[in-house]
This record gives sequence, structure tokens and C-alpha cells, in this order.
Amino acid sequence: MSTALLLETAEATAVDLDSPLPAIAPTEVTPPRPEMRQIYGRPEILIDRSTHFCPGCGHGVVHRLLAEVLGDLGVAGRTIGIAPVGCAVFAYDYLAVDWVEAPHGRAPAVATGVARVRPDAFVLTYQGDGDLAAIGTAEIVHAAARGERITAIFVNNGVFGMTGGQMAPTTLLGQRTTSSPTGRDRLTMGSPIRITEMLALLPGVAYAARGSIADAASVGKTKAMIRRACDAQLEGRGFAIVEVLSNCPVGWGMEPVASMAWLRDHVTPEYPLGVIVDRAKETPSPAEANA
Amino acid sequence: MSPTAVPAAPTLPRILMKGNVAMAEAAIEAGCDAYFGYPITPQAELLEWMARRMPELGRVFVQAESELGAANMALGAAAAGARVLVSSSSPGISLMAEAMSYMAGSEVPMVLINVMRGGPGLGSIQPSQSDYFQATKGHGHGDYHVPVLAPSSIPEAIALVAWAFELAERYRTPVMLLADGILGQAMEPVEQAFRHLPRHEADWMLTGAKDRAPRAVRSLHLKADDLEAHNLDLQAKYTQIRQREVRWATEEMDDADFALVAYGTSARVCRSVVERARAEGIRVGLFRPITLWPFPEDALARRAKRLQGILTVEMSAGQMVEDVRLAVNGRCPVAFHGRMGGVVPSPTEVLDALHNLVATTGGLEPDPVSLLAVPKKTVTAAHDSAEVDLASLAEGLWT
Repeated sequence: MSTALLLETAEATAVDLDSPLPAIAPTEVTPPRPEMRQIYGRPEILIDRSTHFCPGCGHGVVHRLLAEVLGDLGVAGRTIGIAPVGCAVFAYDYLAVDWVEAPHGRAPAVATGVARVRPDAFVLTYQGDGDLAAIGTAEIVHAAARGERITAIFVNNGVFGMTGGQMAPTTLLGQRTTSSPTGRDRLTMGSPIRITEMLALLPGVAYAARGSIADAASVGKTKAMIRRACDAQLEGRGFAIVEVLSNCPVGWGMEPVASMAWLRDHVTPEYPLGVIVDRAKETPSPAEANA
Repeated sequence: MSPTAVPAAPTLPRILMKGNVAMAEAAIEAGCDAYFGYPITPQAELLEWMARRMPELGRVFVQAESELGAANMALGAAAAGARVLVSSSSPGISLMAEAMSYMAGSEVPMVLINVMRGGPGLGSIQPSQSDYFQATKGHGHGDYHVPVLAPSSIPEAIALVAWAFELAERYRTPVMLLADGILGQAMEPVEQAFRHLPRHEADWMLTGAKDRAPRAVRSLHLKADDLEAHNLDLQAKYTQIRQREVRWATEEMDDADFALVAYGTSARVCRSVVERARAEGIRVGLFRPITLWPFPEDALARRAKRLQGILTVEMSAGQMVEDVRLAVNGRCPVAFHGRMGGVVPSPTEVLDALHNLVATTGGLEPDPVSLLAVPKKTVTAAHDSAEVDLASLAEGLWT
């Protein structure tokens, strides 16, 4: 829509609210030029709806990446997602696949139950850092150790977002939150956990990587990681996890643009980006082994 | 046997089975698709039996990282449409309380067996009935109930396991089977009258949203009005369960002046006490709740009018006795005898407690003042049909 059209509409409305609406001439549709093609659109399973996320929140980007990958792989019709406790609990309102809601931190256990009784399902968990790195450490470690056929999308924004931006195990040293008002102190509050590196030590983990949504290039790389983590499940290689460094402008007390700069300049150095382990390169998939 | 011999009429072979194994096998025969557990005494044989049998049958067995893990695996598997069994003992059940609340809220059917041991805390590994409050009044947070079934023998436990799956699926709810360390560990002869249940399909199960609208199994309803409406639906379901699914058994109650009220292993002790007391000339019977929730309050209240006194016997400090008193509501005196910490009351001490009750009530009529305060209850004939015996349990006549 052109700026001119917007202005015209605004003026027409401003002149006289009571007058009958002017007749609108049918718009002449310009046929697309043959060389034009659509390169961007809403993924089929991303439901066309305003989200409840705060302005500038990164969850929407991660939701979109997941929707794109599930669509590209053609697995949406057999996907069962595990919704966490936290801001992402409403995933079932935005991604048109089957969902089950887990208690806080228990998504990997719930996913284990789903994956074991429905071997044909594509099973994913979508968890925040409070959920996965605090209350749910036992569940994520043991699902990974068992090599469950699950893909975990782990959105790390360094705080408990939904409850008001409290300190999480991933909060940076010195970072002020509503429950570390003078900054995170290593001696009394511990150090940030790089849980994806810890998980990558387990042989059951087929793929572990860390991406970011700080800029367009990082978003593209993160999508490739999510794709790779989904492939690991589809190839029967075992457990896969992609940690996505994200922002929480409201929880961090920052403007969205400033939060992206902070994510890039302060969070990323603490949590290095890249593939941490990709055992597909080391071991054949069951299908390859049988061939 | 020669090839021409006529085969004998089929009989159900009676075999000696340990309670934990019998309950596991009953679940397998009922069509349990998946079992999730964690080792804890005195239910470990149930886990071990499943570890061997389920993979043999191509079904799912997972030893979880904790009881939290096991119960939440059950939540996922049941949401995906599987028939799921989980078992544990008292401290483990406390850890499963979280998932029980979620499963009640998101209306996921599954069966949970609690082989009770002494508490609180780590307590002991001896049989106990001190989880009655936990089983019937709570486990987790929120306004919910789950049906609680209390077997008092191993054959009855076998029958109740199958019925538990039926209740769970009919009402989309977790169901708890409340056994104790004796029922888990003892061996009894059982007829192999295992029931096989038909496959259960429903339009809420998660199967992948191919060619249909997506589904969500969830308990979150952020708007107060929505959550109240969901709670009203749950309560309507609980009312149906109260109206249709109350079960109890009685022995020697027709001419009884006194009643022993007990469930599970305590009821086995009380059966001996009835025999001994009757030999002394005390007309006493046994009233045995089989569903602890819903509690058979009308059936007990109706009988209480004709009784001179009730003695409730439990392996606890007195938990079910609160429900007995609520049901009796002053119609007759209610006494209590209990042992704690894994001690099983002996028939002799229960008989002594009964003697005390007989002496204090002195064969007198119940206090007329307390009777005045009691509203008359309408007792429907339907409740009589709910009185069951073991034979009908084994034959599955409740369906």
C-alpha cells in the first residue's frame, strides 16, 4: 500500500465522519511481471493471528523459523509439540500442529511418552531457559542421555520472562533482574550455565547447536540449525537441541533495538554461537547402517 | 493324552501370584500400551515385571529418571492416545502429585498404582494406609478428584486394575489404585480371570493434525471465566462419578448391631475379627469401601441408623475415619483403632477395641439429640446394585 493512498484515506475520514462513504473505484490490479516471484510469505502452519508476546520479543521469530522448517520438511501433519510453562505456553495458538502442555520443565519427559507410543510422530519441545535450564534439568539431561527421538528448541533469553524478568540460571554475571536487583553475584547466585555444551557431552545427543536472532544473518544460520536438528530426528539419529539466544526487552528493561544490541554485544560472547556437536558426521544413521 | 481323548471342560487354572506381579499382569492383559516407573520399595517387582514383559510384547517400558519423569511420560503417552500404567509407593506418589493435577486438569486418562508404605518422609518400607488423605483429598493443587480404588485381596486387585482403565477412559481422568505393602508383596491363589479391554479411540487424542484441525491437550485457561467454566465441567464429571461409580462390599451386615469399617489389608484383619466376635455373640459385620473416592457415604449412612456403633480400623492415625464420621453424621457413635509406621493391627487388638465400643455404647439407642440434627437422606435403589462381591468383580459384571 502506498503512502499516498494512506494519506488520502486519512484525509477523507477526517473531513466529515457523517457524510456517506465515497464510492471506491475498483482497483486496477497490475498483473505481476513475468519475472516476479514471491520470495516471502506466511508459512502454512503459522496461524494468522496477533501474538500475546511483548513488543520486540524474539519468540515470534523463533516460532516463524520453526513453522518454516516444519513446512519445508513436510512433517507438520504428524508433528506433536510439547508446550512449556512460560511465555511460549501459547505455542498452540500460533503453530497449527497438535500440542500437549507440560508442567514446568517436564516437556522432555512428556515428549518421551509421546515419542515412545507414537514412533511415527515428529516430536518437538519448545522450552525457555527457566523451563529447561532450571526446573527441568533432570528431564532434559535424561531425555538426551536416552537419545530420545526428540528435537528440543531451547529459547534462551536469560530471564524468567512470563513472571516478570527474574534471574534464570542463564542470566549473565552482573546482570540486574527483578530477583537480582544489584546484579547477579557469582558467589551467592552461581555462574551462567551453558547447558547445551553440557548436553553435547552425552552420546545420545545427535546434534547440538547454538544460534541467535540478533541480526538477519544469525536468523538464517539458526534456521539451518533447526533444520539440521529436525533431520537428526527424521534420520533416527537421536536427541537434538538448538539453543536460540533471544531477547526479552520488557524483562531486560530495554527498548527492542537496544535489547538486540545487548544480545549481540553482551550475551553472545558468553554463549558462543555455532554447532557444538554433530554426530551425524561421526556415526551413520540406522538407515545408513542397514544399507 | 491319546489323540482321540475328549478334552476336559476348560477350567481357569489357579496359580499363586504376588500382588505386584498380579497387578502388572492384569494391566498387560487389559491392553496397557505403555508403563513408566522408577524403583521404590515395596512396588519394585511391578516395575521389574513390566521391564521384562512389555518389551516381549512389543509395548513400551521406560524406567524414568524420577517419579516426576515417569508421571510426565505418562501424561505425554496418554495424551497421544496410549493406555498407560504408572506405579510407585508413597514418597514417589508425592513426586507424581504435580503430574496428577495436570492430568486431571487436561483430562488425560491413566492408571496409577500406589503400593503404600509408612510415612511421613522416607518413613519405612512396611505396609501402611497413611496416604488416604493424599489419595482422596488431593495429591496436587486445584479443585479435582480422581477415583480411588482399594482392593483387599490380590484377586480383587486384578479385577480393579481392569476397572480402573475403564473408569479412566470413560471419564477422561487419572484413576488411582490404592494398595499397600502387604497387597504388593503377599502371594495369593488367583484364578487367571484377566479381562481384555477393547481399544479406546477418542477425538481428543494427539495423532498429528493431518487432514483435521489441530488439537491441544492442556490445562491452562488464563481467563477466570474460562477456567471457571472448565472447572464446572470437571465438577459435573465428578458428580456423575459419585452417582454411578460408588462401590463397596459388606459381610455379615444384615443383622449387625455393630460394624467394622475398613479397606484394603485392614479389612482382611477385620474379617477375622467379625468371625471371632460373632463366636462371642456380638452381632458385628464388616462394611468395606472399595471406592475410597467417591466414598460410599449413603450406603454407610443408611446402615448407621440401625447400628449401635461403628469401629473404623486403619493402618494410619485415623484418616478414612473422617469420611466415616461425615457419612454417619451422628447417627451412631464412631470409634477408631489404628496402627502407624508399618505396623499391622492384630485381630486381638481390634477385638479389644470392639469390646470397648460395645461396653461404652452399652447397647443403648443412639443419642436422639444428634439424630434430630441430621437431615434425612434419600437413598436410591441404584446404590444397592453397587454392592459387589468378588465373583462379579472377576467376571467384569460392572460394565
